[in-house]
Amino acid sequence: MVRFAGVGLRYAEPPGRPPGAGQAALQDLTFTLPSGSFHWLLGESGAGKSSLLRLMQLAQRPTSGVVEVLGADLSRTRRRALPALRRRIGVVWQDFRLLPHLSVRDNVALPLRIAGRPEAGLLADVAEMLRWAGLDARADSLPAALSGGEQQRAALARAVVMRPALLLADEPTGNLDAAQARRILALLQEMHRLGTTVVVATHADALVRAFPAPALRLQGGRLMSHG
Amino acid sequence: MAEPRLRRPRGRDPLGLRRALSGRLLPGLVAAMALLAALAIAGARGAAGLTARWEGGAAAAMTVQLPPAAAADGRLSRALEALTELPEVAAARAMDQARLAALLRPWLGESPAFPLPVVIELRLAALPEDPAWLTSRIAAAVPGASVEAHGVWVARLLALARSLEAVALAALLLVAGIAVAVVAVAVRAGIAARRDAIALLHDLGATDADIAGRFAARAAWLVGVGGLLGTLLAVPVLAGFANLAAPLLGSSPGAGLAPPWQQAWQPWARLPWPELAALPLLAAALGWATAQATVRRWLRRLP
Ligand SMILES: Nc1ncnc2c1ncn2[C@@H]1O[C@H](COP(=O)(O)OP(=O)(O)OP(=O)(O)O)[C@@H](O)[C@H]1O
Ligand SMILES: [Mg+2]
Repeated sequence: MVRFAGVGLRYAEPPGRPPGAGQAALQDLTFTLPSGSFHWLLGESGAGKSSLLRLMQLAQRPTSGVVEVLGADLSRTRRRALPALRRRIGVVWQDFRLLPHLSVRDNVALPLRIAGRPEAGLLADVAEMLRWAGLDARADSLPAALSGGEQQRAALARAVVMRPALLLADEPTGNLDAAQARRILALLQEMHRLGTTVVVATHADALVRAFPAPALRLQGGRLMSHG
Repeated sequence: MAEPRLRRPRGRDPLGLRRALSGRLLPGLVAAMALLAALAIAGARGAAGLTARWEGGAAAAMTVQLPPAAAADGRLSRALEALTELPEVAAARAMDQARLAALLRPWLGESPAFPLPVVIELRLAALPEDPAWLTSRIAAAVPGASVEAHGVWVARLLALARSLEAVALAALLLVAGIAVAVVAVAVRAGIAARRDAIALLHDLGATDADIAGRFAARAAWLVGVGGLLGTLLAVPVLAGFANLAAPLLGSSPGAGLAPPWQQAWQPWARLPWPELAALPLLAAALGWATAQATVRRWLRRLP
């Protein structure tokens, strides 16, 4: 499902500095996540969790190494083939990235519309998703009018509405209270039970203890342990 | 499911292009350019009309006319010899009598009662600076001839009309180029305003064609509306010009006798309607293509 072999990532240098002078964000990552697994992605702030997720969601090409997601080797996949792959990957971003001028319903409907799903059947799916995330009462609100937990759940509903094969969540419980965090985690675990491969980045140790699962542990861009 | 109507179109505009590519500036600018383009088209068309009309007249830049007997008594061959020797003359050729008779038929009828003069057509090496001076040189070289130089003036007008046509077409190209630049700038501003939303759509699996298509549809609409406005504004202006130009282009023989209501329609009938109708569509196509190219170029920076 996800296979990394010797993967390194170095962000482009800020202008004025010689190439290669910057610190690598990720170095020599080698691991495999089997289909249908649930993994924690752990590490301190700046360890490279978001960078790793960006590689997995095909939003970034590695500087070195092999990234294979959903059976496609990124270095051998043509750019025009990537959108179809991205539609099979659901992502909950650390900063949500809800479009501020669209209602919650339209935000959740966005992946379906991008995939060209006909309008007719689409709203029923969206309504079901909103009900699943406990947001049916807020469907017509703009994201700015939602609480942090509601925004988080809206982002999760958008990530899940396409029934992705791979679900990536970056700090999905970031600034939520314990009850809200457990609610989000329950939703993620439900997706996992339905067969989705799930990776959740967090540094909330209490949560990891409450939901034990295999973990990828990053430190300074390197993989410290796996399993 | 009861859906409030206002929200649905918004969901179909996730990039918020109705604000990012707003309908205020672009149609106005494009309307001004479409007006200029319409003027240029009409100018090119008018100049082309003049060219076509004058081309025949300029074919023989000068004519030399000899009395009817000249063909028989050898004056014609001597005159041709003398004319060919003049450095200004590229070619001298006697017009054959059948063609002359055909040219004069409207005035003289089938069989004229008097013998026709001998007419020599001259093709000049270059248009003379001073036709009067050349006329007198030719008259001196061919005694007893009458020399006609109106073709020189027609040729000068023809050259002018041809350059006008070229200038009008160049102006049209220039306007099109400026329109492309204006659309590109507007689209780039739209991209800058919607950077985050574009990146999100890209990350959610939108293709370049999808994102570029959204911009292109919006740009084509705005530019098409502007083009239509500009063209509509141009119509009365062009009708006025057509009125002024009518005598130069020559009206059909019965035009002066037509009933007044028909005369009132004449300037409208002269407008280059097919070109004018095509203008907004061409403008929209140009806007579409420019937006496509601009957005796709920008999207190439994303993986
Ligand atoms: N777009 C970028 N350009 C340059 N450097 C970046 C970029 N994104 C991240 N980095 C750098 O890469 C390293 C890893 O960052 P990353 O965001 O992956 O960490 P993280 O583990 O997600 O941290 P956090 O827990 O704070 O979200 C950091 O040193 C960061 O400064
Ligand atoms: Mg992060």
